Amino acid sequence: MSQPKTIRVLFVLLSIGASLLATSVLVLLVGENPIEVFGHIWQGAFRNSEATAGVFNFWIPLALCSMGLIITFTAGLWNIGVEGQIVAGALAASWAARTFVLPNEIQIPLELLLATAGGALWGLLIGILKIRFGVHEIFGGVGLNAIISVYSIYLIAGPWQPPEGGSAQATQPFSDYALLHPMSSQFPVSLFTLILTFAAIIAVYLLLRGTRWGLQLKATGKNAKSALLLGVPTTRTTLTALMACGMLAGVAGAYRVLFTYDSLRPNVSGGIGFLGLLLVLLTGMNALWTPIVAFIFAAILSGSTRLRVSLQLDSSLAGVLQGILVLSMLLFNGLRQRLFERRRASAAPPASPLDVQPLVSDSKAASGE
Amino acid sequence: MNLELQHINKTFGKVRANQDISLTLRGGQIVGILGENGAGKSTLMKILSGYQPADSGEILIDGSPLRAGNPLKAIEAGIGMLQQDPLDVSPFTVLENFVYGQVQGRRLSNREAAKRIREQADSFGFDLDPDQVVSRLSIGQRQQLEIMRLLNLGIKALILDEPTTGISSEQKDVLFAALRDLAVRDSLIVLLVSHKLEDVIALCDEVVVLRGGKLVGSKQMPATTAELVELMFGQALTPQARENVTLGDTALRLDGVTLRDKRVAVEKFTLDVRHGEVIGFAGLDGSGQELILRACAGLVRPSAGHILLNGQDLTGKRYRAFRANGVVFSSAGRVEEGLISGLTLTEHLVLTQTGAIIDWAAQRGRTEGQIERFYVRGAPESQIQQLSGGNQQRFLMALLPDQPSILALEQPTRGLDVDSARYIWEQLLARRKEGAAILFTSPDLDEVVAYSDRIIVCFAGRTYEITNTAGMTIDQLGRLIGGAVA
Repeated sequence: MSQPKTIRVLFVLLSIGASLLATSVLVLLVGENPIEVFGHIWQGAFRNSEATAGVFNFWIPLALCSMGLIITFTAGLWNIGVEGQIVAGALAASWAARTFVLPNEIQIPLELLLATAGGALWGLLIGILKIRFGVHEIFGGVGLNAIISVYSIYLIAGPWQPPEGGSAQATQPFSDYALLHPMSSQFPVSLFTLILTFAAIIAVYLLLRGTRWGLQLKATGKNAKSALLLGVPTTRTTLTALMACGMLAGVAGAYRVLFTYDSLRPNVSGGIGFLGLLLVLLTGMNALWTPIVAFIFAAILSGSTRLRVSLQLDSSLAGVLQGILVLSMLLFNGLRQRLFERRRASAAPPASPLDVQPLVSDSKAASGE
Repeated sequence: MNLELQHINKTFGKVRANQDISLTLRGGQIVGILGENGAGKSTLMKILSGYQPADSGEILIDGSPLRAGNPLKAIEAGIGMLQQDPLDVSPFTVLENFVYGQVQGRRLSNREAAKRIREQADSFGFDLDPDQVVSRLSIGQRQQLEIMRLLNLGIKALILDEPTTGISSEQKDVLFAALRDLAVRDSLIVLLVSHKLEDVIALCDEVVVLRGGKLVGSKQMPATTAELVELMFGQALTPQARENVTLGDTALRLDGVTLRDKRVAVEKFTLDVRHGEVIGFAGLDGSGQELILRACAGLVRPSAGHILLNGQDLTGKRYRAFRANGVVFSSAGRVEEGLISGLTLTEHLVLTQTGAIIDWAAQRGRTEGQIERFYVRGAPESQIQQLSGGNQQRFLMALLPDQPSILALEQPTRGLDVDSARYIWEQLLARRKEGAAILFTSPDLDEVVAYSDRIIVCFAGRTYEITNTAGMTIDQLGRLIGGAVA
């Protein structure tokens, strides 16, 4: 068992190396020094504690969404709607921030609670569309993403616009008692949400590993028909998985409006949900690897904002690096499976003849027999 | 045209789907290929029509070999196959579907093609108009279109895969008349793949029977259903002495239940099953027995009638409600429906338990106990798909709840060798002694006769009950399965 593990790590390192190499070639083509570029990205991310805090501020919402997505992926669901769940959480938190006037210690938990409820509701709707009306979660998710995103723009440009007139850029900034506070000026990260994020990572890990619900998610994801026959409440499992992911995404949305910004903005998620989808696919739904890889991506994203200042290179180069990284990780993952797992499969005990039997009469299977 | 199959072999993993099959067909012959599900007929036809290559063996057309595994080459050589689901494009019109796929250089103009469709449809009595959209056509009409399309590609041998599934009896008459016409007039070779005896008897001049991948016999028509059933199912029946169990109260009552799926409808079916009773369902695939079994577990909802479980009305409730009341269902496809590939044995067992937090060490121990008790060859950490079929089936027994009230089992010994099958039945009969009622289907008539207190024979959704199983002969059972009402 130790052999495949070292190989696995080796291939991750190989894929990072390959993507750096490919990006270097691209940087050379535009006449810049790649080592300098990577150096600046590194510096941008970790030159001092404020910069490192910036990485954490990318990482917190990204890690929250990714952990949520591990739950839905385990249940066999393509939760594209995670973006909408982030926005729903941001909207709910914004509403609470505008509505209540309470001491910060009470206001913040209330806002986060409403954000989890908002995200969970938006996740639940996808589940209801899927189960009651047969709408695939991808289509339901895309539709609900569009609805909530347009609704948030309507709120920003209409009812929630600042008194001096709407520029459709942001709502009136929330009052100080409604915002999350940094732990210090040298390291401006919200301690409360940082702790919450670590708690979420541990919770998801334990839920999937040691609880009946976690096993039911896995069973439903792998074969819902069989799971039902074995006594798994598959409908409930699907709905709760989407709600759990929505709750975590909702907190991520609240973090964006209550800390990253100080108001509700259009496109508040900033594509974090989609990045989370990629991440979780990359790590193969591993609850421990995912937050680590998320941190690497957060560092690249955060660090590359320096490129413009120091090298007059657009920070979208980071997007290129990120894209190449995703592709090369997928590529090397595929290569590894091809090289090692197939060989292992042929050494494994022969599969049951029934695995193959459907081939014999698959014209009947196609006709729904 | 002369079509010769020589020593065709094909295996999928451990399953020998076709074993040394040789067959010679001459123009004008209408031949039925009979066999139960999994007998290898679909595989053989796919090899013949080029959809998959054989492992060994040759196909000769008028003495020259056909390149294997290429549908286009097969069509050029004159072999066409009418799939169960016709290969048409549903948003397109009849005319468009007719024209696409025509060989380069022989392409007709739309006007000519439309004219040809009308002429041919007229001569065969097909109900087709060139401008109809395919999505509005019935399956029967789509078959008619596909046959005409294939004929225009210059087909000399036509394979039909279960063509009478899902079409009306009028359409069937039209289809058969057209096929007979084509055989006589154009000396077309017609191969009818079916497990429906009445179709084969109505259409074919000759029948070949496959069983377990081998060609086990052929017969010139006319032949009786009983003769064909014997060829399909093999051995004669040997009823066995069984332990008597005192029957309890009514466990399950189906009261005037009406069930439907795409293929068959069961109307107003009534059945009382008592605790300790074993009911076997016999019938060719898709005759209604699968529907009845699934309805007993709440997996199919009746459109009329009532289902009562120990006196409680569960009509319209879902499987989970049935399961909560002691019903267990197991399907014929164990790995598709029943077990979960990628999950370990321990994980399977945990799924059937309660409790929010899992104590893996304790569960592993429990699994070891069940593995030992049910003679499963595998470890708690083995993933279920790594087990052989027999071990999977034994592990399914280990997953059954302690005191099931009703066991609804589709082909409980499918794919098992004699010893494994006997072991499974020992386990089942032990549950029966504890008061479980057992309902099961099986393609193996021996099994049905050996273990059932009563037999329900299904034919095209109609049912016939046999209470005196001891006096049953293969002839009688065969007749009933083939649709002759006693």
